[in-house]
Amino acid sequence: MRIAEAWRVALDALRANRLRSGLTMLGVVIGVAAVVVLVAIGTGAKREVEQQVEGLGSNLLIVVPGRLEFNSAPSVSRLSLSDVDAVSRVVGDPSRVAVTVTSGETVRAGTRSTFTTVQGVLETTPQVFVRNVARGSYLTSSDVDTARRVAVLGATVARTLFGDRDPIGQQVSVAGVRFRVIGVFAPLGQSLGVDRDDEVHIPVTTAHRLYGTNRIDGIAVKAPDRERIDALGERIVAELSKRHPDTEFSAVTQEQILGVLGDILGVLTGVLAAIAGISLLVGGVGVSNIMLVSVRERTREIGLRKAVGARPRDIGVQFLLEAVLLTTIGGVTGMALGVGAALLVGELSPVPAAITWWSLALAFGVSAAVGIIFGVVPAQRAGRLDPVIALRTE
Amino acid sequence: MTRAAQAVEATDVSRTYELDGVSVPALRGVSLVIEPGDYVAIVGPSGSGKSTLMHLLGGLDRPTGGRLVIGGRDVSTLSPPEMARLRNETIGFVFQAFHLLPRTSAVDNVALPLVYRGVGARERRAKAAEMLERVGLGHRLHHRPNQLSGGEQQRVAIARALVTDPAVLLADEPTGNLDTATGAAVLALLEDLNTTSGVALVLVTHDRDVAARAHRQIVMRDGAIVSAPAGPSIPAPRRPTEDES
Ligand SMILES: Nc1ncnc2c1ncn2[C@@H]1O[C@H](COP(=O)(O)OP(=O)(O)OP(=O)(O)O)[C@@H](O)[C@H]1O
Ligand SMILES: [Mg+2]
Repeated sequence: MRIAEAWRVALDALRANRLRSGLTMLGVVIGVAAVVVLVAIGTGAKREVEQQVEGLGSNLLIVVPGRLEFNSAPSVSRLSLSDVDAVSRVVGDPSRVAVTVTSGETVRAGTRSTFTTVQGVLETTPQVFVRNVARGSYLTSSDVDTARRVAVLGATVARTLFGDRDPIGQQVSVAGVRFRVIGVFAPLGQSLGVDRDDEVHIPVTTAHRLYGTNRIDGIAVKAPDRERIDALGERIVAELSKRHPDTEFSAVTQEQILGVLGDILGVLTGVLAAIAGISLLVGGVGVSNIMLVSVRERTREIGLRKAVGARPRDIGVQFLLEAVLLTTIGGVTGMALGVGAALLVGELSPVPAAITWWSLALAFGVSAAVGIIFGVVPAQRAGRLDPVIALRTE
Repeated sequence: MTRAAQAVEATDVSRTYELDGVSVPALRGVSLVIEPGDYVAIVGPSGSGKSTLMHLLGGLDRPTGGRLVIGGRDVSTLSPPEMARLRNETIGFVFQAFHLLPRTSAVDNVALPLVYRGVGARERRAKAAEMLERVGLGHRLHHRPNQLSGGEQQRVAIARALVTDPAVLLADEPTGNLDTATGAAVLALLEDLNTTSGVALVLVTHDRDVAARAHRQIVMRDGAIVSAPAGPSIPAPRRPTEDES
């Protein structure tokens, strides 16, 4: 029998039992859609994190106490401003060094208030990270040196506290202490559900007084070029280790951060895909089941086809194609559904979704493979039926 | 003896079924020759092995003993695909229960054997339509089986059996599901095809009058041929049935 003929016969058989074929396909549809959506979400999250890390600026070194590892608990920082001076000397250019001391605080303006992240920073922040001020200006070195009570607001904080009014020159209180607003950041938008405009920058010296501490949570260094970044990191860590012999420090590059985050998200995507794969497997079992029913139902037809000259292989191929057709039609439908759902998720929720060609190809390939794998047993059974017994079946 | 001229030759053929460890002999040492253009009627009580013999003659089943040659080929040397091809090229079956594919037009039912011969769709349809014309159903090409009367369905089945131009047409009680008048018409058609196209006709029937019209009658009992009136090249039964009391 010609293969085109076999396809036609298989399609006819599916059409003859539309409802049953549809319900059987549903298992595969759901499985494939789940694979496409979950892989899209995983890939989208990974891509967004990558963009965000790269968006921080180029050639960055982040210096933190402890190790940057998947499972190490963050340790309490023992860094202070004198350590920052030492790092600046190693770097040779203080304008390439930024710091942060972070705390969650309530910020008020008149009757409005918001709980936000307040960061004590140096005036170098906009040069080290990519950070633009939309209105007013950023902190100056004299603000830092004299510990002035001035603040630069994130776009969300500015909107929450002042609405459409211009915040520049207005008063806000941070943890009960009055500050003057001197600038508002240009908006950065959301990423992974986190609002990156929900923050306030104040001079690090002011923050130390406000929080009653000398601690520095982290130091960021913008290396002059990519080639010397690792050597610079080693020198900084060596200097800090000399000053704090009992503490471990890490200087990590963006590539290293991306590597760790990529590993985490890769595992996550894998787990999601595996869960989706299981539902595809369940769909495959359904296909197998319905094909066995179909073989039994059409025993007389099989007997007749054999009587007029069908070889065992012709019958087997016919039923195998039927199974493959079930799963591939289900697979294509599931792909369309998955792409639609992924776009909808990307539109309606903070979770980004990136549809990749490889996930579509994989979903289609797997659904066809499921058809073959789960169709083989029913097809073999049909092919081996004894025609005499098959024709006698009522 | 012109061996090649014989459509089917069975020599001392037996068929034993194994049922739960018990041997059930359905055929015991049957010898029979079907020649081109033959018209043979097989009669005998229910359970005497008529259908079993038909299945063997048509290559649907294999003997458990003896020698069976169909279209010049010893079936014991053939693989399942070779048997399928032999059935397709040499044999046409007509069953009591018609066995038409449901939801399939008359013309496509008739064309089915040609599908397994690799004939293209257009040529298949043309041949099938021609064959339906010959059985008097030229006006029913696109009817489905459930839109046809019993007699018409059996005519479709006959057209299907003959569309491949086989050497032997095996009809196992072809009128068993039809009323007397319709049955007579179907029988007349079979006999007409036998004389005009030269296909050998082997007919299982319970009707003695029908059997009497055949060139030869074979009477079966308990899996053996008990009487086969002399014909030009029919070997006599080799052994009498032992269990006859
Ligand atoms: N698959 C089988 N397994 C076991 N025994 C079988 C099988 N098929 C047929 N038989 C037995 O073989 C014997 C002959 O059966 P067969 O169908 O050839 O009879 P028949 O002459 O065609 O009868 P009928 O006139 O009722 O159609 C019967 O005794 C039957 O029970
Ligand atoms: Mg019978």
